[in-house]
Amino acid sequence: MSYERKIRILVAKPGLDGHDRGALVLCHAFRDAGMEVIYTGILQTPEQIVETALQEDVDVVALSLLNGAHMTLFPRVRQLLIERNAEDTIVCGGGIIPEHHKPELIRQGITGLYGPGTLLDVIINHVVERVKKERWKIA
Amino acid sequence: MELVKRLLSGDMRAAARLITHIENELPDAREAIRLIYPHTGKAHVIGVTGSPGSGKSTLVDSMITEFRKKDKTVGVICVDPSSPFTGGAILGDRIRMGNHFTDKDVFIRSLATRGALGGLSKATKDAIRILDALGKDVIIVETVGTGQDEVDIVKAAHTVLVLSVPGFGDEIQIMKAGILEIADILVVNKADRDGADKLALELTLMVDLGHEEKADQKWKPLVLKTVATKNIGTPELIETIERHLQYLKSSNLLEINHKKNIEREIIELVNEHLINHLLGIMKEGDFEKLIEKIVEREIDPYSATDEILKKLYSN
Ligand SMILES: Nc1nc2c(ncn2[C@@H]2O[C@H](COP(=O)(O)OP(=O)(O)O)[C@@H](O)[C@H]2O)c(=O)[nH]1
Ligand SMILES: [Mg+2]
Repeated sequence: MSYERKIRILVAKPGLDGHDRGALVLCHAFRDAGMEVIYTGILQTPEQIVETALQEDVDVVALSLLNGAHMTLFPRVRQLLIERNAEDTIVCGGGIIPEHHKPELIRQGITGLYGPGTLLDVIINHVVERVKKERWKIA
Repeated sequence: MELVKRLLSGDMRAAARLITHIENELPDAREAIRLIYPHTGKAHVIGVTGSPGSGKSTLVDSMITEFRKKDKTVGVICVDPSSPFTGGAILGDRIRMGNHFTDKDVFIRSLATRGALGGLSKATKDAIRILDALGKDVIIVETVGTGQDEVDIVKAAHTVLVLSVPGFGDEIQIMKAGILEIADILVVNKADRDGADKLALELTLMVDLGHEEKADQKWKPLVLKTVATKNIGTPELIETIERHLQYLKSSNLLEINHKKNIEREIIELVNEHLINHLLGIMKEGDFEKLIEKIVEREIDPYSATDEILKKLYSN
């Protein structure tokens, strides 16, 4: 049976961060890269994001945040996924993240961590690489 | 099968995973359907269609709220088109349904059409079965309404809602596309806007005209006004939806339609199988040569078809 495998990705903005444009640009970029993008709008709690990720059975949760709450909200999403036995769901983050915060986030499995102005191709490649390696087990 | 066992015990994660397997046509998907099939057929399936922006997702959100007030569990399937160029899709219907994300009795899943025509994805029918087996009382299917080809929803839903909004020329669209024939309930959404009464009246007249020709049918499509953003009209809508189900049951149409749909599905499946088989035969046979012969007018298309069919039946 032949089938084309699709990457399903959830783009979410946790917290009370009203800027939506960046997330929308990302959504379009992921779609143009052939992915199926679930977009839930702004003002999502980590609980809502994780519930959505599970129901939609996504490969990747991409979190975007500009308000500085990444050290609490990103790990919270990751933690909830682990609690629900979904630690194989890839978590990527982006936003304005100081260099010295990155090692701790990466240690927790939250990668990417690109800032505004990053080339969309760089972000897409990062997502595709992780999916291939961790979800599809192809190098 | 472990996933099926978990599904039947009400595990939402298993439902989510099985839908993925079906979408990706994984080898165990068929086996899963075989195992769950005896546990399906209990849910009331409601289709919601209408042009983009008419407020389908917002109305679905409002419907979920109403059904939950009645203690009904709800499954939602939102189908959006895949890009024909990249195969990707943006599935954004959930934006309107945020209130229900953490309600464990509500399950929402977005599907991309993945090239299928007719407004539904190939996996939709089986996704409905999975949510049915999961035990959802009501399953709402939101489907892209492009005007011409959303009619597939009638093959999957018991009750079909068609949305229109004032000031969009929707009534013309509805008339042209023969949408009226598929609607059990016509919803005039955004009734807070000018022209809602006029649109409702026009639709009612259209329904009356159409209904005269079908005097044998006792269900006359109803026209209802809603303001989905404010939950106005939704309680009446839900009541009407439930009344429609009662009508289907009492008139035996539930069973008749169901049989019709099964017949259609089987024909489609066999058809698909035959086509694939035939394409295989044509590829390995001297199909090219045959075409050449027709081009050269050595034989005619009918005789060529006979030759192909002979091979098909001898296999
Ligand atoms: N004024 C008004 N706006 C509405 C109503 N229902 C939905 N909308 C708005 O219409 C837009 C499109 O709604 P959406 O549910 O996404 O439409 P869909 O594309 O058909 O699913 C959104 O901005 C909604 O807030 C309504 O009853 N009145
Ligand atoms: Mg919608």
